[in-house]
Amino acid sequence: MSDDVKISVRNLYKIFGGNPQEALEKVHAGMGKVELQAETGHVLGLNDINIDMPAGKTTVIMGLSGSGKSTLIRHLNRLIEPTAGEVYVNGENILDYNERRLRRLRQKEMSMVFQKFALLPHRTVLENAGMSWTIEGKSKRAYAEEATKWLDRVGLEGQADQYPAQLSGGMQQRVGIARALTSNSDIMLMDEAFSALDPLIRTDMQDLLIELQDELAKTVVFITHDLDEALKLADHLVILKDGYVVQQGEPQNILLHPKDPYIEAFVGDINRARVLRVRSVMQKTSERPDNVGGEVDHDDTLENVIALSEGDTTKNYIVMRNGQQIGVLHMRDLVRALVPRKPGEAAAAG
Amino acid sequence: MANYDFLFDNLGLRGWCGEDEGGGLSSMSDLMGQAGEETEDTLWDTPFPSLDALHDSCNTIPQSRDLTRGLERGFLDIKDSLKVVVDPLTQPLSWALENALWIMQAAPWWMMIPLLMLVTWGVGRSGKLVALVAACFSFLAFIDFYDHTMQTLAIIFVCAFICVLLGVPIGIAMARNDRVQKSLIPILDMLQTLPPFVYLIPLIFLFSVTEPKLYGIAIILYAIVPVVRLTDLGIRLVDKDVIEAADAFGMTSRQKLFGVQIPLALPNIMAGVNQTIMMSLAMVVIASLVSAPGLGVLVLRGIRSLELGVGLLSGLGIVLLAIILDRVTKAALARINAEQKS
Ligand SMILES: Nc1ncnc2c1ncn2[C@@H]1O[C@H](COP(=O)(O)OP(=O)(O)OP(=O)(O)O)[C@@H](O)[C@H]1O
Ligand SMILES: [Mg+2]
Repeated sequence: MSDDVKISVRNLYKIFGGNPQEALEKVHAGMGKVELQAETGHVLGLNDINIDMPAGKTTVIMGLSGSGKSTLIRHLNRLIEPTAGEVYVNGENILDYNERRLRRLRQKEMSMVFQKFALLPHRTVLENAGMSWTIEGKSKRAYAEEATKWLDRVGLEGQADQYPAQLSGGMQQRVGIARALTSNSDIMLMDEAFSALDPLIRTDMQDLLIELQDELAKTVVFITHDLDEALKLADHLVILKDGYVVQQGEPQNILLHPKDPYIEAFVGDINRARVLRVRSVMQKTSERPDNVGGEVDHDDTLENVIALSEGDTTKNYIVMRNGQQIGVLHMRDLVRALVPRKPGEAAAAG
Repeated sequence: MANYDFLFDNLGLRGWCGEDEGGGLSSMSDLMGQAGEETEDTLWDTPFPSLDALHDSCNTIPQSRDLTRGLERGFLDIKDSLKVVVDPLTQPLSWALENALWIMQAAPWWMMIPLLMLVTWGVGRSGKLVALVAACFSFLAFIDFYDHTMQTLAIIFVCAFICVLLGVPIGIAMARNDRVQKSLIPILDMLQTLPPFVYLIPLIFLFSVTEPKLYGIAIILYAIVPVVRLTDLGIRLVDKDVIEAADAFGMTSRQKLFGVQIPLALPNIMAGVNQTIMMSLAMVVIASLVSAPGLGVLVLRGIRSLELGVGLLSGLGIVLLAIILDRVTKAALARINAEQKS
């Protein structure tokens, strides 16, 4: 596992205010965000963050407004300097980087997509897409081909000579994504990249991102406050609250085993049938059950199985992966998994 | 006899004040007092304890005219050393003004007017504006104000150009550094609120009235403020998100300045240039008091020798010039705005 970790955050703290070091000692002594603010006027932005972000996968950071998501993602390219802790990218601590090396990291190894698009209004779509090349001092002729390729790929054929203000929000964000892709960096940071778009376009963009990911397998760090979006995109889900990590792991796992009432409240409202997969609910076995209703794929959603069973809860299904049986799904388990545990149960159980 | 005798008597300062010389008139009020009859002092007539009033009671206290004379002497004393520094620094200004004046007048009208129309076209890309410029200059030439108009224009061009040359970098420095901004704002406030007549005074002493840089400096000091302020404002108003994106993609601060901040601040900077040009025009009229040539001289003649017709016509000429300059710079501004919006 550890050899395909791309970004690794270790014991990261960020405190906003006049004297962060002194405040840090108080936090080490156990003071919480609210107390710290009341007593010293310092804002605890991040509190002892430890995350390993897998290479080639999408890590989604989720949390309510003010939980520190933007602060965290800005530490990954040092737009914000931490109060304490380390950030490793490709095994190197970027806090040791000098200015020049840091700029190279930002130019070549990481790109970023912003909530409000943040395109250069006085440059054309093509020039915006080629921004990272321009920064390296390359001419328009040098990047035109690459930039056009990515603009076409995100669905902006023939718009290269427009100015950003002439495009709709959704199209502007496509330019934002093309700009990130044209830099050919392995890592893409996306801070609420789709939050400013209306729901239909948002779904389109999510599908576009999933498609691109299947093709390119970049290391994506995606921020959102929307659980549906998080579950749709995430390979690794991190839930933040008041600057600390409440729970992280595989999304299905978090959904089925929420660690804390905060997360239970979070996951309580979603359509579980559409999100949960057969593999998370099945029993691992190679025996054939009785009353077999049919075969299902391990990656099917429970919704598909319910449709298949036509509501008959007595049946059992054989779970297949690559043509081989890997388990059995009892409809009874499926139905049970659809009902979230009541808030507080986890705390009582744990 | 004097009003404040009691003060010095009671404080025991009589000795320090020295003997009353008695003779001689020492101040204006003495003179006035002599003219009228000696009257009984009432509370109603008690003067403010000013320098002159206190001097009446105590000779050691200086009179107010000593103060002004002291200031004058002080200024004259440092004048020479000040000149050593300021003179060479400002010499290029004199030179630029002299040459601009010479060129604009030496070029024949049938070259100058089409040239100005061409410039207007280049800046504004509007046929109507070019026609307006042609009409105004033709009218001014028709009523024999051509030379004066060209002189005024030459001075405005040179001074506004120098204002932009100095003002934009100052504005940038202010936008990038809060301390610079804090220390410059009071100076800008002062330059903007001081009536121009006031800073003409020390300038007259510093330079001879025959040197063009005298009015050049006066105009620049007066007109540079808006371009500085609006450059500062424009750069500070640049969208924070765009700046963050520039950082996130690894721009150097130089690339950020020239590739993002200045282009995005350009509408504001151009608005500043427009105001700077308008203020140069206002000041070049006043500067005719200190030998600036141009339409202002005609206004002055109107006032001095009560030639109503000349005064009115030259006033009209200034209005026309103001309209042209304003329209042309606004057209440039509109073009920049349109480029960024569309
Ligand atoms: N520059 C700053 N100075 C002081 N406090 C800050 C600063 N930046 C962020 N904070 C505080 O840090 C906390 C986390 O902010 P952050 O912007 O990271 O939240 P977020 O999770 O991105 O929220 P949102 O969903 O609203 O974007 C907030 O309490 C915020 O007030
Ligand atoms: Mg945020």
